[in-house]
Amino acid sequence: MHQAQGTNIGTSKRMSVGEGGSAFAFAVLAFLSIVIAAKAHTAEYAFHAYLFAAASVAAVFAVGRLYMDRPATLPPLEIDGKPNYNMGPVKFATVAAMVWGIAGFLIGVIAALELAYPGLNGGLPWISFGRIRPLHTSAVIFAFGGNVLLATSFYVVQRTCQARLVGYVAPWFVILGYNFFIVVAGTGYLLGVTQSKEYAEPEWYADLWLTVVWVVYLLVYLGTIMRRKEPHIYVANWFYLAFILTIAVLHLGNNAAIPVSIFSAKSYIVWSGVQDAMVQWWYGHNAVGFFLTAGFLAIMYYFIPKKAERPVYSYRLSIVHFWALIFLYIWAGPHHLHYTALPDWAQTLGMTFSIILWMPSWGGMINGLMTLSGAWDKLRTDPVLRMMVVSVAFYGMATFEGPLMSVKAVNSLSHYTDWTIGHVHSGALGWVGFVSFGAVYCLVPWLWNKRELYSVKLVNWHFWIATIGIVLYISAMWVSGIMQGLMWRAYTKFGFLEYSFIETVEAMHPFYVVRALGGALFLVGALIMAFNLWMTVNSATVRAEKLALQPAE
Amino acid sequence: MSDTYRTLAEFAQTFGLVYFVALFAVVLAYALWPSRQKEFDAAANVPLRED
Repeated sequence: MHQAQGTNIGTSKRMSVGEGGSAFAFAVLAFLSIVIAAKAHTAEYAFHAYLFAAASVAAVFAVGRLYMDRPATLPPLEIDGKPNYNMGPVKFATVAAMVWGIAGFLIGVIAALELAYPGLNGGLPWISFGRIRPLHTSAVIFAFGGNVLLATSFYVVQRTCQARLVGYVAPWFVILGYNFFIVVAGTGYLLGVTQSKEYAEPEWYADLWLTVVWVVYLLVYLGTIMRRKEPHIYVANWFYLAFILTIAVLHLGNNAAIPVSIFSAKSYIVWSGVQDAMVQWWYGHNAVGFFLTAGFLAIMYYFIPKKAERPVYSYRLSIVHFWALIFLYIWAGPHHLHYTALPDWAQTLGMTFSIILWMPSWGGMINGLMTLSGAWDKLRTDPVLRMMVVSVAFYGMATFEGPLMSVKAVNSLSHYTDWTIGHVHSGALGWVGFVSFGAVYCLVPWLWNKRELYSVKLVNWHFWIATIGIVLYISAMWVSGIMQGLMWRAYTKFGFLEYSFIETVEAMHPFYVVRALGGALFLVGALIMAFNLWMTVNSATVRAEKLALQPAE
Repeated sequence: MSDTYRTLAEFAQTFGLVYFVALFAVVLAYALWPSRQKEFDAAANVPLRED
């Protein structure tokens, strides 16, 4: 747009609105953070304020360097008629996903060991089970899963729309801003800063920050879709959009809290009593439905066809799958509150919608699996594809088990027991974990222009070690959970409870050890993966394009 | 208060059904309409058609 001035002598380099605006905003935030840090009520809050200040100052410098290092014009949208993809942020999120993933799995193993051997925290409050358990859940869901979703969504939206990501600073702001939220959330758990809402523990200031990041994420995503050349928006983008939009709504609804003071980390939620419980589980269950399901289904709809080199089995089914899934999931939350103060009809509603969810879930699973029809032989030779197909099978299993457990009669046995933990992990390790691993195994060679992975054999090792780990984990939790539920409801012939609580804990000990072993195997698999990816990125294999003329191996 | 609650609950429990069935019918009609076959075939190939 400055071409009219092109005849002028001298440089016409100017700061873009994104560069100037964000540098200014970060400078203001840095100042505000320092003031808050100085007057903070608690040391923990002061620490977080200083973190904000340090990150803001760093951001000002980063934006400045971004501006100094670039040529006078912003990167072109196309080069030689081909889209000039912006893959820097995607690479960063991919690496972040692996780093956070390994941290999150490790913390999970420690948490599992602390349950089996309660003295393991050595009396230190910072690593007590109550603090590292939310650290584990958030690290694996939001840090690992979140970065996988950021990376794959920014990759998929660019490729399927044949368009460069919108914004110059904005995509980086989304990726780095999100990871900064993770740092604030994670350190908060260890320091005991929490609003005690499951999967939404971070306090108000972290929530506000995430809101800003998330809105920018939505705008970048929508803007890129609007740049598309294809008339039709590919189904994976629908799932990503549903994930981004719904998480925004859920986040706002469940974090409607008023801080005690701007100088205090403590806040109070505006909902009270059973309404608060309902809002929490409307949020909590849809975090599963839209973060851990819709987002990862988007991965399934892009990466499985891509890796299998065939289109999705039925595009029509994918449309029905999408609309049915998003309209049904949002109602299933009350099944977390069976036999509570929640009105009975609302509990039954939650149960009914959970059962109806069987259909879209299995429709989607069938669609994913049948994409392989006519190419099943690839499962033998391609462990990456096998990993993703097994993940879809786990998706089918977990979405069969979930509705079953939402039935009130079943829930009266399963609720508050380890069965729930087992169910969650068959979905989290089997479905979310494996489909993420599959996507990252695909992404790394594509992003770093490598012909192939360093070692397919190591992927095989990863696959089998992790699979055995998952099987150990979930079967231990099934046995332990059902046993626990049965022991709780056992009465003597005189009408007294047959077992004391500690007797159930003693009975579960061996299964806790097996669970920790299963988790450790899953962690070993991820370490093998990290090594494999590291070697892939740093290997000297020729770039993909240059190989086009050479015979295949 | 309890009347409002009952009215709202009854509305949700009856018209909710109509709403969902109607919505599902619309989605099915859109997805299965024969003339869209070509559009969907093209869409399904989007991931495989890149550069």
